[in-house]
This record gives sequence, structure tokens and C-alpha cells, in this order.
Amino acid sequence: MAEQEHHEAVDEYEREPVPPTAQLGLKSYVGQFAGEHVAGTELMIGPLFLAAGVSAFDLLVGLLVGNLLAVMSWTLFTAPIATRVRLTLYFQLEKICGRKLVTLYNAANGVMFTFLAGAMITVSATALGVWFQFPMPGLGDLLPKSVGWVVAVLVTGVLFTLVAAYGYKSVARFANLAAPWMVLVFVAFGIVGLRQLGLTSLGDFWNVAQTVIWKGGAPMAGQVKFTFWHVMFFAWFCNMAWHIGMADLSLFRYARHAWYGVASAAGMFVGHYMAWVAASILYAVQLHQDPTNTAVLPGPLAYRACGLAGLLCVIAAGWTTANPTLYRAGLAFQSLVPSSSRFRVTLITGLVATVTAVFPLVTMKLLDFVALWGMILMPMGPVIFVDFWLFGRWGLRRNYAEATGCGINWAAGLTWFLTMGACSWLVLKGGVQIYFVSLPGWFVAALLYVGLSKLLQRRAPAEVAT
Amino acid sequence: MRLAAQLVSWLALVGTVLLAALFFADRLTLSQMQNWLLGATVVWFVSAPLWMGRR
Repeated sequence: MAEQEHHEAVDEYEREPVPPTAQLGLKSYVGQFAGEHVAGTELMIGPLFLAAGVSAFDLLVGLLVGNLLAVMSWTLFTAPIATRVRLTLYFQLEKICGRKLVTLYNAANGVMFTFLAGAMITVSATALGVWFQFPMPGLGDLLPKSVGWVVAVLVTGVLFTLVAAYGYKSVARFANLAAPWMVLVFVAFGIVGLRQLGLTSLGDFWNVAQTVIWKGGAPMAGQVKFTFWHVMFFAWFCNMAWHIGMADLSLFRYARHAWYGVASAAGMFVGHYMAWVAASILYAVQLHQDPTNTAVLPGPLAYRACGLAGLLCVIAAGWTTANPTLYRAGLAFQSLVPSSSRFRVTLITGLVATVTAVFPLVTMKLLDFVALWGMILMPMGPVIFVDFWLFGRWGLRRNYAEATGCGINWAAGLTWFLTMGACSWLVLKGGVQIYFVSLPGWFVAALLYVGLSKLLQRRAPAEVAT
Repeated sequence: MRLAAQLVSWLALVGTVLLAALFFADRLTLSQMQNWLLGATVVWFVSAPLWMGRR
């Protein structure tokens, strides 16, 4: 398939501002966010909160606050810059950081997308386990437990990969078709799960929530204890690469107004609130029925509540989100070797994702993986933010790489590497958990970029003459 | 035709939640609810392509 057939509007105007005639209304954003954030991985995240020993108040209020902060981040950080410059993230980064640094950023992005696609393949493969009854990985397992599991993941992954490489558009159409149904099946998961836990009247919800579902207490073996702050920061930062990290500049450059960032609430409160809570309830049902069964397997969880329709939902949720994820990973890697075939790159990326999916490490540690992703890609957000809002006022040259023609803006490059180094040190040696480290990391990156740019631009004033 | 397909699709979606609510209210057993839910799913995926994304 020709590469231009793959992507819709997002691939247009790659090196020019989006013109007024191509701008989109609020409805487009509401639909896109609501569809994209009900993914297969939501079925893992909800149960993992429960495995982390979260209490009812901490989960329900933490998600409320964290998701609000995420919506505010899209509305106040990403969309205002996107609607002013109307450029893709990559072109904006290229102007600031230089082509070589953007290539490195793409490589990092591609690796993370590949692992995420692997997690989505894992989620879908758990549905096959219900049919074929082979042993599946438990919560603490890092290696596959049976040949059946390996075969199921390989078959699922290869199918997903072939479809992503050959038929991206048809799956994208199927994803649009499945989205409203999937959202309502998640609602059904929650309602059915509550009844299975013994709730008979909505007035008893809080009591059941506190004493049966999210009881708090110690986390399960190998899990980190989650408090209100963990939940809040996780909900806020799980899409950090997109909002504070500015990846959604590419999305919001089509928005007529910056306040369209509020459309992200559709994704956050449907996908990252309702779906996580519903998935968490399904896991509570499993623990209620058999406290020794701590495995987080979306297939059996969904089947227990909604039967075959639930299983179809698991497969559809994994498939429809693995498809664009594999495609994005392929795009990121293809940018490293622009002459390579998009088809071949997507195929190789999908096969690598499939191999990672065999090992449940990423999926069972999805909370940590998502936080790590945010931490790795976040530093480019403050670089763009500071460059756009502050550099002109402080007499520093904006879009330094474009102004000087350099392949790498070392102020931005060092900011990225040093921020990742500082955050890693804080996590490994400083006792700061990975869920929190990106907040100080943002300020570290902003300060570093200002300081290093002052040094760089003072050392090479001739180069930066405006 | 389009209107009829839309109506059927929306009924299937409403049914998805309604069936869960009926199970919650003890009006359906779990297996009854699951069977009807599968039916609603089939109806949605058959009827929605007839109008969704088409002009």
C-alpha cells in the first residue's frame, strides 16, 4: 500500500502551517479522543490499580483530579502553541533542535510505541486463552508459562502486523465502527461487575466500593502501594508525552481554537476514568470469587462479566489500538531511514512487538512502563514551551536550529539527556518513585534549556543573529 | 433505509447498557444477559456499517 494512503489528515501539511480551510471543529476532537482512549490497555490498568492496594477514595478522587489536570495540560500547554504555530511536532522540533536530534527523538518514540503495541497484542491474546484454555501468565510472571500462550501471542501478533501493514485503513474504519459499542460494553462491564459483587442498590455503592472493591491495604506481591498521589499523578502523566511533552501539537494544529483542548475530557473521563474503574471492578469480581486468582488477564475478566461479547470487546480493543500504534511506530522508525518501505518497516516493527508480547514483562508492569514513557519523552515539552513563550522576551533566539542551520541544537540535546539522567538518578538513587519524577523533571528541563541556550547563544553570537 | 439502519443501530447500543441494567435489577440471569448482549453486538456490527461513515 502506498504510504500516503495510510494516514488521513494528520499526515498533511507536514512542513507548512495548517491553513484555515483545513481546520477542524470541536466535534472532531471529541470523537477522536473518546475513541482513542478506550484501548486494550485500559483493561490492564484498572486491575493493576487494585493490585496496588488502592482505596476507593484514592482511586475515584485521584482519577478525577489527575484527569482534570491532564485535560488542563492539553488545553493550557499543548493547544495554545499548536493553534499559534500550526506545525507538526516533528517540524517544530526540527526548527528548534535540528534534524539529527529529531531523528533520535523518533527512535525513542518508535521503541516505546513498539512495546505498547506488544502490550496490546498481549491483551488480545488473553481472549484466546478463554477459548483454548492454555495456561496464561500470572501477575508476577515475566516469562511465558505455556507453549499455548506463545503460539496464541505469535498468531495474534502476526495477524495484527499483517493487517497494520496491508490494511491500515480498513482497520481504522473498523475502529470507528467499534468505538461506540466498545465504550458501552465497558459501561456494561462496570454495571455487571457491581452486581456480581453484591451491589443491589446504587445507594450502597460507596459502602461496597470501600469494603469489597477498593479496600486499600497492602499491595499484592511485587506491586507498589498506590495512594491518592500515585493515582493522581498516574492519571495526569500517563499521556504526558502527548500533552506536556507536546506530541499532540500535530493533532491540535488543525483546531480552530486553543480551547478545543477541553475535548480531551472525552478521552480522559470515558477511557481513563470510566473504563479504568470498570476494568478494576472486573478484577475485584475475580478476587471476590477466588482470592487466590490474582492473574490480570483481560480475556477471562471480560468473559466472566459479558460472555462472548466481552471477549469480542477485548479483541477489538486490543486490535483497533494496536493497529495505529504499530503504524506510528513504523512511521517513527521509517523517519530514521526515509528511503525504506513503510510496509517493510511496519512489518518488522510488528514482528518485534509480537516477540515482546510473548513476555508479559511490559504488560504486567504497564503502570511503570507508561510512567517511564512519559519521563523519556517529556523533556522536549518544556524545550518547546520555553522556546515558544519565553525566548523572544528574554532576548534568546527562537528556533535555534532553523536560524543557524545546525543539525543538532546541543542546548536542547543536553537538556534532554541531562533531564533523563537527573530523573533516572532521582528514581534509582534519590528514592523518588517513577510516577512522580516527571514533575520536577519538567522544571529541570526548562531551567537547563534556558541556561544552556544562554551559554550556547553567547558563545556563538554571529550564528544566531536574527 | 438509512434512517431504519440508524434506528436499529442506536437500539442495539441502548440495549447494550439496558441489558446490563436489567441484570443489575435481577430481571435477567447472567447467561440470559450475555446471550442478548451478543445479539445486540451482532445487530450493531451489521447495521452500523450501513450508515456510519457514509453520506
